[in-house]
Amino acid sequence: MLDEKEIGEIKEEYKKWSDRLEGKLAKRPERKPEFTNTSGIPLKRVYTPLDAAHLDYMKGLGLPGEYPFTRGVQPTMYRGRLWTMRQYAGFGTAEDTNRRYRFLLDAGQTGLSVAFDLPTQIGYDSDHPLAQGEVGKVGVTIDSLKDMETLFDQIPLDKVSTSMTINAPAAILLAMYIAVAENQGIASKDLRGTIQNDILKEYSARGTYIFPPKPSMRIITDIFSFCSQEVPQWNTISISGYHIREAGSTAVQEVAFTLADGIAYVEAALEAGLGVDDFGPRLSFFFNAHLDFLEEIAKFRAARRLWATIMRDRFKARDPRSMMMRFHTQTAGCTLTAQQPKNNIVRVAFQALSAVLGGTQSLHTNSMDEAFALPGEEAVQIALRTQQLIGYESGVTDTVDPLGGSYYIEELTEEIFNRAKEYIDKIDELGGAASAIEQGFIQREIQDSAYRYQREIEKGERVVVGVNKFQVEEESPKDLLRVDPAVRISQMERLKRLKSERDNARVRDILSELKNAAEGKENLMPIILDAVKAYATLGEICDALRDVFGEYQPVSTIG
Amino acid sequence: MDNKRKIRVLATKPGLDGHDRGIKVIANALMDAGMEVIYTGLRQSPEQIVETSIQEDVDVIALSILSGAHDFLFPRIMELLREKGVDDVLVIGGGIIPDEDIPSLKEIGIAEVFGPGTYTDDIVTYIKNNLKR
Repeated sequence: MLDEKEIGEIKEEYKKWSDRLEGKLAKRPERKPEFTNTSGIPLKRVYTPLDAAHLDYMKGLGLPGEYPFTRGVQPTMYRGRLWTMRQYAGFGTAEDTNRRYRFLLDAGQTGLSVAFDLPTQIGYDSDHPLAQGEVGKVGVTIDSLKDMETLFDQIPLDKVSTSMTINAPAAILLAMYIAVAENQGIASKDLRGTIQNDILKEYSARGTYIFPPKPSMRIITDIFSFCSQEVPQWNTISISGYHIREAGSTAVQEVAFTLADGIAYVEAALEAGLGVDDFGPRLSFFFNAHLDFLEEIAKFRAARRLWATIMRDRFKARDPRSMMMRFHTQTAGCTLTAQQPKNNIVRVAFQALSAVLGGTQSLHTNSMDEAFALPGEEAVQIALRTQQLIGYESGVTDTVDPLGGSYYIEELTEEIFNRAKEYIDKIDELGGAASAIEQGFIQREIQDSAYRYQREIEKGERVVVGVNKFQVEEESPKDLLRVDPAVRISQMERLKRLKSERDNARVRDILSELKNAAEGKENLMPIILDAVKAYATLGEICDALRDVFGEYQPVSTIG
Repeated sequence: MDNKRKIRVLATKPGLDGHDRGIKVIANALMDAGMEVIYTGLRQSPEQIVETSIQEDVDVIALSILSGAHDFLFPRIMELLREKGVDDVLVIGGGIIPDEDIPSLKEIGIAEVFGPGTYTDDIVTYIKNNLKR
């Protein structure tokens, strides 16, 4: 920190400099009367030691790998090991997706990330009427353990870590993964990976909910408890701001609403009798890397610091690993343009770089063609190469938190930290995240920001290259990846065959046992594991739970 | 207020897709432009959409799909509208819809398809100029 004399000198010089500028600005004004970032934070012309003068280094930043983890969760960060390069992928049948996974692993990807189709995410089998038109479209279709066996065929589950974007039926897909591993002779204790398992953001931003909040939170805490014993290396939840941001929130809202959800999960687990340091270290997070490069870097640092203070001060965690916010990042899908799609390669590169400078643990880079369809192989490869270029060529990985100490980054980190905290206080007043969602507060905040953002584009206040400036005439893209509608037919045949081959009496017994358990208080995971091993389908298991728990009814926030 | 009734729009999400940022932005823009918007929320079946459009006596149905299920759901909705004898409602679509799919969607009666990057003002103008009643 600077002494009084130095601060005084800078203040004096700064004043003179501003005065000199005043005259010049009258003749040659800046591009805009005021500059703000996406969170509405006003930005100064320049940041100086005066802005950092109040900074308490050890309290606000500390050293890498130490509380409050602002500078990173590991002491050596990427000098030790690069982030996990993990491309989200899945489409069509389990065979189709298995082929894509082996392509990605051969291309040097270091972790798998499973995209499930919508019927799977919402707990319907492929033969359900609401599954028409949706089977295999946005991800792989999984009806039973049979499909999961095919999905991971020839992929050794003790060698890869696997992230699964699955929420309402997360318990079932995790059970299937454990069962596949068992068939491969691998113990659940050796499995590494993540289930998203974050239902609150489904209500507020993503939409693949099934059950109401209360039973959903119970399933989640059952998973926490089961995994702390049986699958100790598994990340039991990935508390996600990604979709909140995609739905239109600002950076500050992304941090605030995600951490508010995190608080709700911790409270639910404590209420269920778990110890904060038993499940705390397995909580993980998932953020968006959006366009405003420096705001994003500050966002990641602020989020880490805020979570550390919440876990230590609010929940009295003692284990530093409980305070450590580990997170996955994906570049912002909503910023990809259908116009001049090759520009998206560059957008993604900037976004990915912000995630790395922000200290992410794993990263998905979007493909340039995703404003049209699921990505083709060449586009996916460029996206993966972008990460490899940052990791191996750019040099930013050779020192920890290289932007730490920048007057601007530190001031912005502080500002995002404070503003997100204010939002969390407001959510606390509303009774916590679940209650704020039930009142429509979070949804309204997000949709208002989305509308504001769109209006800014339409008024030309926000430039989107190729969309509202620098447009060209262009042809529409060819050879997009398409999922064959026949996938549903073949999947329905498989389902029929499965139901004729399995022990149906046993399936019936387990499903009724599951209903009884759902009505009571015991942990549902062991029974779900039995059910998937007996080849009960995802739809059957979800239906049993729907019978007991009912379905979520969303609140309207339009009009 | 003149004696002309407001344009009534059903804004809806057919199928299982949860991406509602776009349709909500459009709903807000249409309301700001003086239209009356009924937003159904997520997970509407074609039957529900057609039923609601008749009950609410709307002039426009705005469909949004980003999951790729438009190839099944859009034709199904148009088929049901025809079965019910509804032929004076303007049906428009949007979302992630490949250009090569648009001609066949127009053939079955989807009047226009709006992709990523569309201005909401353009949708407002389009609706005002193309009402069928």
